[in-house]
Amino acid sequence: MDFTWKIGGAQGEGIDSAGEIFALTLHRKGYYIYAYRHFMSLIKGGHTNYKVRISSKQHRHRGDQLDLLVAFDQRSIDENLHELKSGGAVLYNAGAFEPKFPADVDVVPIGVPMQQIAKDHGSIVMTNMAAMGASAALVGLEPDAFDDFIAERYGKHGADVVEANRKVVRAGFQAASEATSWRARLPELPPEARGKKRLFMHGNDAIALGAVVAGCRVVAAYPITPATDILYSLLKLLPEYGGVVLQAEDEMAACQMAVGCNYAGVRAMTSTSGPGFSLMTETLGLASVSETPVVIVDVQRAGPSTGMPTKTEQGDAFQAIFSSHGESQRIVLAPATVEDCFYDIQRAFNLADKYQCPVIVLTDLSLGLSKQTVEVDDIDFEKIAIDRGQLLTEEQVKEIAANGGYKRYALTESGISPRALPGQEGGVHLAISYEHTEEGWEDETPLHRVAQTEKRIRKMSTFDPAEFGVRQSGDASPDLLLVGWGSTIGQIDEAREALKAEGISVGHLHLSVLYPFPAKEVREAIESARAVLIVENNAFGQLQQLIQLNVGHYDHIHHCRKFSGEPFKVFEIVARAKEVLAAKSVKEVG
Amino acid sequence: MASTVTVKEYRAYAQQPTWCPGCGDFAVVAAMQRALVNLGLKPHQVVAVTGIGCSGKFNYYLGANGFNSMHGRSLPVAQAIKIANRDLVVIAAGGDGDGYGIGVGHFIHACRRNIDITYVVMDNHIYGLTTGQTSPTSEKGFKTKTTPYGAAEYPIRPLPLAIASGCGFVAQGFSGDVKHLQSLFEAAIQHKGFALVNVFSPCVTFNKEQTYDWWRENLVNLDEREDYDPTDKAAAYKVVTETNGLVTGIIYREERPDYQDELPNYDPKPLVYQDLSKPVKDREKLLQAFM
Ligand SMILES: Cc1ncc(C[n+]2csc(CCOP(=O)(O)OP(=O)(O)O)c2C)c(N)n1
Ligand code: SF4
Ligand SMILES: [Mg+2]
Repeated sequence: MDFTWKIGGAQGEGIDSAGEIFALTLHRKGYYIYAYRHFMSLIKGGHTNYKVRISSKQHRHRGDQLDLLVAFDQRSIDENLHELKSGGAVLYNAGAFEPKFPADVDVVPIGVPMQQIAKDHGSIVMTNMAAMGASAALVGLEPDAFDDFIAERYGKHGADVVEANRKVVRAGFQAASEATSWRARLPELPPEARGKKRLFMHGNDAIALGAVVAGCRVVAAYPITPATDILYSLLKLLPEYGGVVLQAEDEMAACQMAVGCNYAGVRAMTSTSGPGFSLMTETLGLASVSETPVVIVDVQRAGPSTGMPTKTEQGDAFQAIFSSHGESQRIVLAPATVEDCFYDIQRAFNLADKYQCPVIVLTDLSLGLSKQTVEVDDIDFEKIAIDRGQLLTEEQVKEIAANGGYKRYALTESGISPRALPGQEGGVHLAISYEHTEEGWEDETPLHRVAQTEKRIRKMSTFDPAEFGVRQSGDASPDLLLVGWGSTIGQIDEAREALKAEGISVGHLHLSVLYPFPAKEVREAIESARAVLIVENNAFGQLQQLIQLNVGHYDHIHHCRKFSGEPFKVFEIVARAKEVLAAKSVKEVG
Repeated sequence: MASTVTVKEYRAYAQQPTWCPGCGDFAVVAAMQRALVNLGLKPHQVVAVTGIGCSGKFNYYLGANGFNSMHGRSLPVAQAIKIANRDLVVIAAGGDGDGYGIGVGHFIHACRRNIDITYVVMDNHIYGLTTGQTSPTSEKGFKTKTTPYGAAEYPIRPLPLAIASGCGFVAQGFSGDVKHLQSLFEAAIQHKGFALVNVFSPCVTFNKEQTYDWWRENLVNLDEREDYDPTDKAAAYKVVTETNGLVTGIIYREERPDYQDELPNYDPKPLVYQDLSKPVKDREKLLQAFM
């Protein structure tokens, strides 16, 4: 059982802060929250909304439907009414507009003059607080439920501001209590869950926190939605450890800076979204050929070009895997959950040091920006130990120097050449973007070209993608195998459960590593299923094409794609799954 | 600093140059090696970062640590190395195309960011490595393979551009005067903050106009002029305007805190030597922020 609430209005009306206070309040009460921000690439006006799914168990998406919509304007009704459950309520800003509903919709309109209340008890900018108070009344919270947050958020503006906000909340509460007898029921909380300490964070927070735990001390980046929050988190976390957040002049510089720090021995990363990643692609080749570790986070948004900056998409898999000229080494991870973000960024740093190549962490807007409840124990700081790979100590370098001299690109059996750092005596070397000899000297002769290329290929051969994110759940050898990657795990999981409940044999294969591709595991899963449905938040079917490339062509593979800029809803996957199964049974019978 | 270093130590790591005989860049490497030796710096304490160009091979021949990046990208890498390890002496080097063409965005921002590195531009007014196309510092009307009717564009003036962008050390040298160049490099390295040394370094193969003789006839050494005060910004603008930039010496200098001094909680101990295990011990405190 869960309850979903959404507040909508124009950008600049405090929709986000109202949503976040509502979400955090219920989170602290012991509910599992999943909060989804719908916003636009503008500062004032337009339409923005904040949806909160409140549940007694953990969900990894925003939910298909809506119980209570708080509407500041008609547009909020028009854009969101389709989600409202039959018999759900719309709490609207009475006096500000006269709401219109389609005749065939079963909705309970509740008018509360929120703007007027705000004016009377505080100021018009507190309209969102009147909405909070009214919401509290309708879902059975106390009128003082938000008092602590109001103090936390507005304390810096003075005691009178805090007091005014609280008054507006109470007046909103009072008005709604009197306006209607409609009441929502929040899910039942087991006693042990009440007030339980849990974390409320989004993927971007988890990336930032994981990076700090991994020993990352420099982040060079250029602001871009939806990745900038990673910088905000790191600005709070890094200075404590002497770390630096540097706003570079552009993404070319940002990525080159991350490479420079890593060359000098400091773990560093850059974070961006599609347009910025495009500018970084030259540096992927540089890091590959110079064998310098670097970690790049791409919080995908809908492209191409500037595209839809505030909308989600899984559109950058190809660019993460194939971009940059020539043939260059890299690893691409695609975390599926907030917890994955925390661990995968740590793995990324270890892998970058181990294989001395770029590691790309692909998340997306919906995972990056949706705050959700996470168990404290699931953010384990000691699960992944820092492993710097073959980074030489001062003494080791001296010993190598005394025994024939240090060669940066030595042709070793593993293909990994131990790394000396600038500043170490005896380890003087040149790291280079040109093809080179073992010493790092520019060279175009076939002998060195072939030897160095084979060395770079050889070093990746011990990477086992299955270790880094191949999840399987549900039935083995199912009638239908759902396949997804990255942030869609929550909806696919719920779709699997819904289909299962109807007696369908269904499995779920979820990938959190895209390159090198886990071909063996994917082949086995695909070949054991009667039908396969690949679920992707893009139009071209990038995972499907990767499967075709790495595993092969199969007639029983079908797809479910969404590229509207919105995350999947469960019913969309379920409907498509049934369509595929129905077509299949017709074919098999006929 | 006890000067126990010799140029020989640098030569131990250096490669055989492949520059054209007579190329101005030889003098730049020689002057830099002498400057480093004179400052008592050993090869392992120095990193030279380059992009691409004939001049981009500067760090093949210098004999210190080197990072050779891509065309135009020496400065971002060099600044980052200094952030990672402020004990290292970091020199970025490259050509006029590398620094004032494809990399000019980084140049302007490096000036205002003021990270403590030295930037040497071997300015030959031409693209040497790609065999003779026009460069951002080519004079208007200059004929090259890509400007057979003469360059239509006005050249970049690196010195006023640097001063206007907040560079606290702006100098210019000439490959025909190695001793003077060495003194400029020493001053630039010792300057705390971003330091530019633009060096007129003739391309004997593709630029037949700005030759050694031409430079000798046209350059005035400001360091020899007792009445010139390089801390006077207005005077610096005036002299580079009046002479069309045909001056050598320290043009402008200004002391101000460097980037790292301005950072909150920045530890003088280089980042590369910091203990990475601290956050694990701080788990409770760190998680509190997300409750
Ligand atoms: C992205 C990119 N574009 C173009 C080139 C080709 N290229 C190499 S060096 C160079 C210009 C070199 O001129 P300059 O920087 O003045 O150095 P010089 O050779 O004169 O010392 C060009 C255009 C390249 N390597 N990379
Ligand atoms: S082409 Fe010009 S710049 Fe290049 S090495 Fe020869 S003389 Fe020097
Ligand atoms: Mg040039």
